[in-house]
Amino acid sequence: MIQLAGKRLVQMALIMLTVSLLLFLAFEADKYSLAGKVLGAYSTQDQRLLWLEENGYNAPFVQRYFTWIINAARGDFGESVQFATPVSKLLKDHLLNTAVLGGLVFTITVSIALVLGVLSGIAEGSTRDRGITVLAVITTSVPEFASATILVAIFVFWLDILPGTSPFSNGLTWSDANQLVLPVMVLVIYNFGYYTRMTRASMAEVMTSQYVRTAILKGLPYKRVIMRHALRNALIAPFTVMILQLNYLLSGVIVTEVFFSYKGFGKLLYEAALFGDIFVIEACAMVAVFIAVFSQFVSDIGYTLLNPRIRFS
Amino acid sequence: MAKPDMSTPVLECNNVSISYYTRAGEIPAVVDFNMKVMPGEAVGIVGESGCGKSTVALAIMQYMGKNGDIVGGEIKFMGRDMRTMSEEELRDIRGSRISMVYQEPMASLNPSMLIKEQLNEVLIYHEGISEEEASKRSIEMLDAVRLPDPQRVMDSFPHQISGGQQQRVVIAMALLSKPQLLLLDEPTTALDVTVEAGVVELIKDISKQFGTSMIYISHNLGLILETCDKIAVMYSGEAVEFGSVSQVFDEMRHPYTRGLFNSIPLPGADRYSRPLVPIRGQLPLPHERPTGCNFGPRCDHFKDGVCNVEALHMQDVSAHLGHQVRCERYLNIDWEAAKPKAVAGEAISYGKTILQVKNMQKYYEVHDRSLKALISGKASRFVKANEKLDFEAREAETVAIVGESGCGKSTFAKVMLGLETATGGEVILNGQEIGQITVHKRTPQMVGSMQMIFQNPFETLNPSHTVGSQIGRVLRMFGVAKNKEEALEKTYKLLDLVKLPRDFAMRRPRQLSGGQKQRVGIARAFAGEAQVVVADEPVSALDVSVQAAVTGLLTDIQRERRTTMLFISHDLSVVRYLADRVVVMYLGQIMEQGDTDDIYSPPYHPYTEALLSAVPIADTSITKKHIVLEGELPSPMNPPSGCPFQTRCPRKIGAVCEDELPAVKDLGGGHKIMCHLSEEELRAMEPVIAMPSDKKKKAAAAANPGRAKAALAAASIAAIPGVDTPPVPRAKTAAKIELTVKKAPPKKAAAKKPAAKKATAKKPATGKTGPERLKKPRGKADDLKQISGVGPKLEQTLNGLGFWHFNQIAKWRKSDIAIVDDELSFKGRIERDDWVKQAKALARK
Amino acid sequence: MTDTTAEQTNTPDSNSGLKKFLSSFSLLRESWVGMIGLFLVVFWVSIAIFVDLLPLQDPLAQTRGAINLPMLTEDKKGIMHWMGTDDRGRDLLARLLHGSRVVLFWSTLATIVAYSVGMLMGVTAGYRGGWWDEIISFMGNVLLSFPQIVLLLVILTAFGPNSNVGVWMNSTLGLGKTVVSGALIIVAITFSTAPQVARIVRGIVLDLKTRDYIAAAEVRGEGPLWIMLVELLPNARGPLIVDACLRLGYVIITIALLGFLSLGLPPPDPDWGKMISDGRQWGYNGLNIMLWPALAISSLVLGLNLLADGLREISLRD
Repeated sequence: MIQLAGKRLVQMALIMLTVSLLLFLAFEADKYSLAGKVLGAYSTQDQRLLWLEENGYNAPFVQRYFTWIINAARGDFGESVQFATPVSKLLKDHLLNTAVLGGLVFTITVSIALVLGVLSGIAEGSTRDRGITVLAVITTSVPEFASATILVAIFVFWLDILPGTSPFSNGLTWSDANQLVLPVMVLVIYNFGYYTRMTRASMAEVMTSQYVRTAILKGLPYKRVIMRHALRNALIAPFTVMILQLNYLLSGVIVTEVFFSYKGFGKLLYEAALFGDIFVIEACAMVAVFIAVFSQFVSDIGYTLLNPRIRFS
Repeated sequence: MAKPDMSTPVLECNNVSISYYTRAGEIPAVVDFNMKVMPGEAVGIVGESGCGKSTVALAIMQYMGKNGDIVGGEIKFMGRDMRTMSEEELRDIRGSRISMVYQEPMASLNPSMLIKEQLNEVLIYHEGISEEEASKRSIEMLDAVRLPDPQRVMDSFPHQISGGQQQRVVIAMALLSKPQLLLLDEPTTALDVTVEAGVVELIKDISKQFGTSMIYISHNLGLILETCDKIAVMYSGEAVEFGSVSQVFDEMRHPYTRGLFNSIPLPGADRYSRPLVPIRGQLPLPHERPTGCNFGPRCDHFKDGVCNVEALHMQDVSAHLGHQVRCERYLNIDWEAAKPKAVAGEAISYGKTILQVKNMQKYYEVHDRSLKALISGKASRFVKANEKLDFEAREAETVAIVGESGCGKSTFAKVMLGLETATGGEVILNGQEIGQITVHKRTPQMVGSMQMIFQNPFETLNPSHTVGSQIGRVLRMFGVAKNKEEALEKTYKLLDLVKLPRDFAMRRPRQLSGGQKQRVGIARAFAGEAQVVVADEPVSALDVSVQAAVTGLLTDIQRERRTTMLFISHDLSVVRYLADRVVVMYLGQIMEQGDTDDIYSPPYHPYTEALLSAVPIADTSITKKHIVLEGELPSPMNPPSGCPFQTRCPRKIGAVCEDELPAVKDLGGGHKIMCHLSEEELRAMEPVIAMPSDKKKKAAAAANPGRAKAALAAASIAAIPGVDTPPVPRAKTAAKIELTVKKAPPKKAAAKKPAAKKATAKKPATGKTGPERLKKPRGKADDLKQISGVGPKLEQTLNGLGFWHFNQIAKWRKSDIAIVDDELSFKGRIERDDWVKQAKALARK
Repeated sequence: MTDTTAEQTNTPDSNSGLKKFLSSFSLLRESWVGMIGLFLVVFWVSIAIFVDLLPLQDPLAQTRGAINLPMLTEDKKGIMHWMGTDDRGRDLLARLLHGSRVVLFWSTLATIVAYSVGMLMGVTAGYRGGWWDEIISFMGNVLLSFPQIVLLLVILTAFGPNSNVGVWMNSTLGLGKTVVSGALIIVAITFSTAPQVARIVRGIVLDLKTRDYIAAAEVRGEGPLWIMLVELLPNARGPLIVDACLRLGYVIITIALLGFLSLGLPPPDPDWGKMISDGRQWGYNGLNIMLWPALAISSLVLGLNLLADGLREISLRD
């Protein structure tokens, strides 16, 4: 168990290192272009050279990389060109907002998906199952920016009961909580379908497994068969995949944040990308990858804990 | 629970019909099924795949799934029709009064629950007892199914115990609340032979120990014979024959049953002089069944206007009590003539040695990536998949490699075919060393000269390509065909060779039946003038009736082309039928090798002895010694020290077995055994399988007049006009069949004399007159077991020969000793142990 | 069930490829879900192909004074705008239908490229195993660690049309702006999609490679390339066709999304994603502009997803 965790941690570190190297190569390999981006298109050649000299960019590539990665590990990603503030401070505020949105969405999505998925998987092929499946297919077919458009049309322009943007200009407060409704709705609608279908598939498979048949033919009450024999085995796979899906969720969160002008991590990254704010992009990418890799780690460990076949071998 | 009424059947199926509903409409799976199971009785259901036998079991459990339904008839459990019961009543019965054991133990146990929980819940929900009480009962039950260390098993997850143990747990679970009826659906199919033997042993004792009635579903007639009192033979959704085991096995009255027995390799069948007779044609699909008799189109006794008019019903066989058959013409068939005929085939002569395997070794390096291993520096170790393999094969010879899973036979095949290279030793094909040459470095001729036939017909052909293109590709690869036209021409020739129509070249594998695919597989293997063909269990996945056809084909081609065949198998019956020489492997080592006759008669390696005794044989006239091996197959990753078989060997001598690898003893004629037992001890072994055609039978016949078992000495019997012998109920098979000598009526015994077995011929001729036979004494017979070395079994044999008293034995002269010794195949043990002296001493008391 | 179907030995297989292709669609008839999907897909594909033949306005023609017209209005010239016009006075219906061609062209191309790369990676990792597997899987893991959009943003900012690479492609290779953007989008989508395809293919191959027919091919001395391409991949096609339908849907979403984020194809060609983001600036007045492309994307993706579902249902049946 500990051994497995250790192995996974090493893998995690390796992936992070590779990613950082790739990012560094992509953005900072050409230091002249970097200087141009930082100082703006109208800076002179002399200014750029001076900037490079002052910021230690004339050191060899490997040394630069290690300086950068060590600083990054300490949380120092440099200064944002666009906002002229330390990237770490920007990140902290925006990440918190994203965590609120993502956390809400994840909790709601998972709850809906588990209930619907189990209901549908128990009775594979029934009308209920078909209904839920079709609903899931339809909702996963509408991408976030499309469903946002449609929902805005309905709730903002037609019914006029919800705000169409979520800037949270006064910070995250209860009074503005209605600003969260649309973003959460958009993300839940897009994501619950996939989770539901996964839960359904797993449940349906377990329901046709021989050990469930054994349990039924042992004369156990139906409730016991479902709760004790089927559910636990059926939820192992969806659990791990849902956590793995966190980074897909993050993709959706970025789009939604952009659409609703929600001051989160996604909006920060998007604006940095449009502006060419390199240090912010690097930092955001590193953070996003870290979240993804870490969720993978959690999912692996969780899978091991849930599945005795792996736990004891 | 109230004592069940002994006259009410536990289960009664009356005219049960079961259908599945699919897109194509209603598909009748089982039609008009009747069966009665009395208390304490064991009924077998036998049939090939797709005949509906498992459907019957699930219908009895009233568990038909979404698209299945019982469309007619009634299933009465203890007199009540189960179809009228509510879901709640059914739940109450399931698991407590009827329970079921399934084919795959691993899949039928919940992987994420402790075994403790899975056992206890049966009692908690059915009997409402406390957790502790339930645990106590569960442990008792685990003990009753002979699981060592029940407490440890209770605290394990299913994957932590072996397959054999899992099946015992499932059986324990089924027996926990003392059901009246136990359904067993192929309970041992997934297990290795020696493990299977233990489970079968257990199943046989169940009805005795718990008074449980059983329904045993299997495709294996041998297993049914060992476990059941009555048997139903199913074909294409119908029971075609029902009766007691002796009726169905010895006096079958349905052509399909006859066909089944003709197509399984029983001891005594011989591929040259008495080949198996396959059933022609193939099983009809459920929606393509013919009118009238389903077996009609495949039946040799089919008569237009009789067999294909209307649906047939079961009818009582006249003069056979309780024997029913679904055949209109059973009275018109000459049942003795329907037995297989001897064919004037002659044994093949072997040519020069083609293949030599000398001290071949194959080790795999296994990396242990645990931290502990890294620190201790033992990060990698070697698994010896093959250790010092040493044997030869001649032209036109069939060498069988026998062993259970993990014995290294597949690894050996890989080295032969160049998928792996040998770690040490040599593999010499036609004087050329090939053990180190991978397939990519071999010339096309070399590759073509060594080919393989695979096990699973459903995987042997690539589903994406036509049969023709797959064979054509092989022809081109081996350089046998230069261009497309030539390849097509040769493809047709190969299809002719395996007796398939030429237009099969255009077909895709999914349009072929299992047997047909296997034929294509054979054609492919012989495409490049193969000198050596490695056949990896080529028929084990096929139904018995198809098996016979494929084995027949294989033999014919091999004989015609004088190909050497390495036949890898775990099925000792098929091996006995097919092989000229046998190599027995266990955990990567050769335990014994020799001519087939030498392997199947003493002296044996103890492992061969156990294997032979474990193979179920579908012949009532055969008696077997039952040797049940303790423990489980060790993992090849972690083999035991010394002799690999020492952990399970019933003949283990002592420390020497644990410490030293035994030397290989050459017993002459190429018969080699690797064992610490001395040559004398090995030679002193008794035969595991006793056939009625052995000399013993003559004596037995004199002592115990009874009914004959026929299947074996068929060749000679076939001459006798078929007359029905009146049915005599078979004596209930004892739980442990000791060497009970079978009964044969004098007239048939006499007829059998000319059918002297090969085995007999090899031994020195003994006098026709045995020791004087005495009647059984009025008073008490002496306990002959007091003579050293005489067990209950031998005692019975001696009694059978007419010896009951010590003073009879005390009077033996040298010639008497020789005769008796030979009768018991002791090879001088009576002399060595000095029975006469012992008997004298005992007689004086 | 396998054995019963295998017993069917009726007519020899003289079907041509086309016939079989059509017969697989006739099977689809039994799944109404699949039929709806097929209808939607066929609808959009035929529009994309035949859009030039339709009596539509010029999608690029800007009509002065006819900005943000609501649906079913005529402009001053008396031209009917069934869906209204956009913020530059271009006919929305024309733009929407022409947009289908742009979306389908680039997404199909991107899917084909991503799928080919992914299959090659997957089959190599699965069949060769060992170091091949370790390296390919690690590369895949690295790429999959990026949330898809982050990866797209990184690739398109670092190498986009305004970066050195983009400029070089434009000036030195003489590629048009649209081609440069399209190529970069395809590369970006390949980077984010191929590892997923590879993972699926690898799983299927790991299962398939234990089959006896693979051993048979090895035993007759076939090389790895033949085994991977001729023996393995054709047998993986069932699940892969289903997955490709789904994947094409995702790629369409991704391309539209890039358009929405202004990272997609350059204007003025109609692009559904870009149309949505254009409409967004106009608040209530832009609703008409946003809604149509949103519905169009959703219906096309829905069609693909339903089709995939129907195909899967059928493949599970036999």
